[in-house]
Amino acid sequence: MNKITYREALNQAMCEEMERDANVFLMGEEVAEYNGAYKVSQGMLDRFGPKRVIDTPITELGFAGLGVGAAMTGLRPIIEFMTWNFAILAMDQIVNAAAKMLYMSGGMYKVPMVFRGPGGAAARVAAQHSQSLENWMANVPGLKVVMPSCAADAKGLLKSAIRDDDPVVFIENEILYGEVGDVPAGEYTIPLGKADIKRSGTDITLVAHSRMTGFALQAAEELAKQGISAEVLDPRTIRPLDERTILQSVAKTNHCVIIEEGWRFAGIGAEISARIMEKGFDDLDAPVLRVTGKDVPMAYAANLERMTLPSVAEIVEAARACLGRA
Amino acid sequence: MATKDDSKQARMLAHEGRDYPLNTLHEMHDMMLFIRRFEEKAGQLYGLKKIGGFCHLCNGQEAVCVGMQHASRPTDYVLTSYRDHGHVLARGSDPVAVMAELLGRSGGLVKGKGGSMHMFDIERNFLGGNGIVGEQVPIGLGVGFSSWYREDGRVTLCIMGDGGINQGGVYESFNMAALWKLPIVFVIENNQYAMGTSLDRASAETHLFKRGISFKIPGMQIDGMDVLAVEKHMSEAIEHARSGQGPILVEAITYRYRGHSMSDPATYRTREEVDEWRTGRDPIARLENLMIENGLATEDEFKQKDREIKKRINAIAKEAEAQPEPDPAELWTDVYASPINDAYPYPGRVD
Ligand SMILES: Cc1ncc(C[n+]2csc(CCOP(=O)(O)OP(=O)(O)O)c2C)c(N)n1
Ligand SMILES: [Mg+2]
Repeated sequence: MNKITYREALNQAMCEEMERDANVFLMGEEVAEYNGAYKVSQGMLDRFGPKRVIDTPITELGFAGLGVGAAMTGLRPIIEFMTWNFAILAMDQIVNAAAKMLYMSGGMYKVPMVFRGPGGAAARVAAQHSQSLENWMANVPGLKVVMPSCAADAKGLLKSAIRDDDPVVFIENEILYGEVGDVPAGEYTIPLGKADIKRSGTDITLVAHSRMTGFALQAAEELAKQGISAEVLDPRTIRPLDERTILQSVAKTNHCVIIEEGWRFAGIGAEISARIMEKGFDDLDAPVLRVTGKDVPMAYAANLERMTLPSVAEIVEAARACLGRA
Repeated sequence: MATKDDSKQARMLAHEGRDYPLNTLHEMHDMMLFIRRFEEKAGQLYGLKKIGGFCHLCNGQEAVCVGMQHASRPTDYVLTSYRDHGHVLARGSDPVAVMAELLGRSGGLVKGKGGSMHMFDIERNFLGGNGIVGEQVPIGLGVGFSSWYREDGRVTLCIMGDGGINQGGVYESFNMAALWKLPIVFVIENNQYAMGTSLDRASAETHLFKRGISFKIPGMQIDGMDVLAVEKHMSEAIEHARSGQGPILVEAITYRYRGHSMSDPATYRTREEVDEWRTGRDPIARLENLMIENGLATEDEFKQKDREIKKRINAIAKEAEAQPEPDPAELWTDVYASPINDAYPYPGRVD
């Protein structure tokens, strides 16, 4: 095991895949000479040169579409959005082009590419720079949506995403970039579509992805002190969702709380809870509960920002409520 | 009796500084006429409710489709909008498959999953068939990027309408194409209207070939009703892109005879205007007249050809109509190139 940051893990994944396959290239705003707005692509220009690490103008729709066309003709683009907030300008190319191309073309044109960058709330950057869009993206058949919560997953999942033959929406988290984690020393990949049990437990299942996985782990720690054994399950891939692992965990604990940073309405928690209801109803001893971001745009003020995001205390409270121990 | 030399001379047409062998002229003519009759048949089948949804015919614009393909190589890439029947036929795709696609049949070009607006043919480097106005332009940018990346000597022909040219993504693409000198010919099919909106009601600068100026993209305006002019100028444009000088913009002035789509009675323009283009500038009649005037063909020959083409089209429609609808199992295929089945039973398949 090596101790590296989530940021370095992503960098290693891209570098290893670019060494492995000459068709892989990285493109986005400030990825080359500036070494990445968040330094994820540090050193890559020097290593791979300007043909494979390419700075773009500020033109999200254009370079997202460029990625689609390049992928249709045999390259494997990694398209970096400085943050996912800006990918909203590129939504037509992601949703109408990348996701549907294989189907619309009767299977002729596959689109092997990765759209990546940080999503979710950063710190004190207010409404337009703090939001979770994974439920938008995961709603679209044709896309795969991946959201790593730690360095080891970030590396293994990004390598799989780059090798995958479908368009992958890879949503990182800015606050996690600096977090250090244990990463296997040798070459490895983590398959898409496989959840991971981050902590096992017997009383309740906490399902959480991306930054919320850490919050859920802290909540599990707190719950343990209160004599409650919580299992923390990170889906890692939002679409396709590893519902089997979720259902198996709920079959064991009979209780479930889903935590997500994004808005509640039609969120990832809504989808997971519906699936548990449809396919695991008999395993439930109580309704599934959700802890989500508050249904408001993100404010700037520190206290309001804190209130908007889910907290460890809210997760603990929801778990106790679910277990009838509120 | 003509001498051997005379007959050889008679087999070429010298026109505007270019020599066209007789068989090339016939090929161009026949393909334009074929597209015209194909579209008429599609219109008929639409009237009979055998073709559904949005169906955009290209009657009147055949010279753009055909001239462009004569100027390009099979290895070059082509992308266009939803008004794609003429382009895909000119590219050489199987007309039975194109008709079957319009009819939503299993042997359709894209297995009945795309319909009129989404023709694709990977063997002919035809990348759609895109229904979102202007969307094919950023995609075309990426196709051109691939050629630049691989240095494969191919050129991308990226076609849009006079309406599509106003999309923001077009200018994002112009900028990057010029910045990196990508081998792309951007073609504007200026048929004067975007649905019911005439050019001057939508564009502050109606000389669309100038739209690349702030990106240093050279532009030319050409007569899109003259297949030889299209062939000639597209050859120049393609050569420009292929030689590494970067993108170029071609505005082909043309006209669609029919409504925007099958549901459009086209009340926003006068009958006189349509007649002026149809009778005065029709690309097929124009080439026929040129060939007749130069003693390269006779009216009877063209009449005979038209009968043959109509017969062929009827046979094509019949063959396509005889095909079954797609297998219901096709509903679930081609969603993912590498599906992750184990993790994802599709909705509806609760186990
Ligand atoms: C983004 C988007 N906006 C609107 C439409 C509806 N629409 C379809 S075709 C069209 C007109 C386009 O005209 P033009 O680009 O000139 O192409 P033409 O139909 O003349 O070939 C419009 C508005 C669409 N398909 N996509
Ligand atoms: Mg138009």
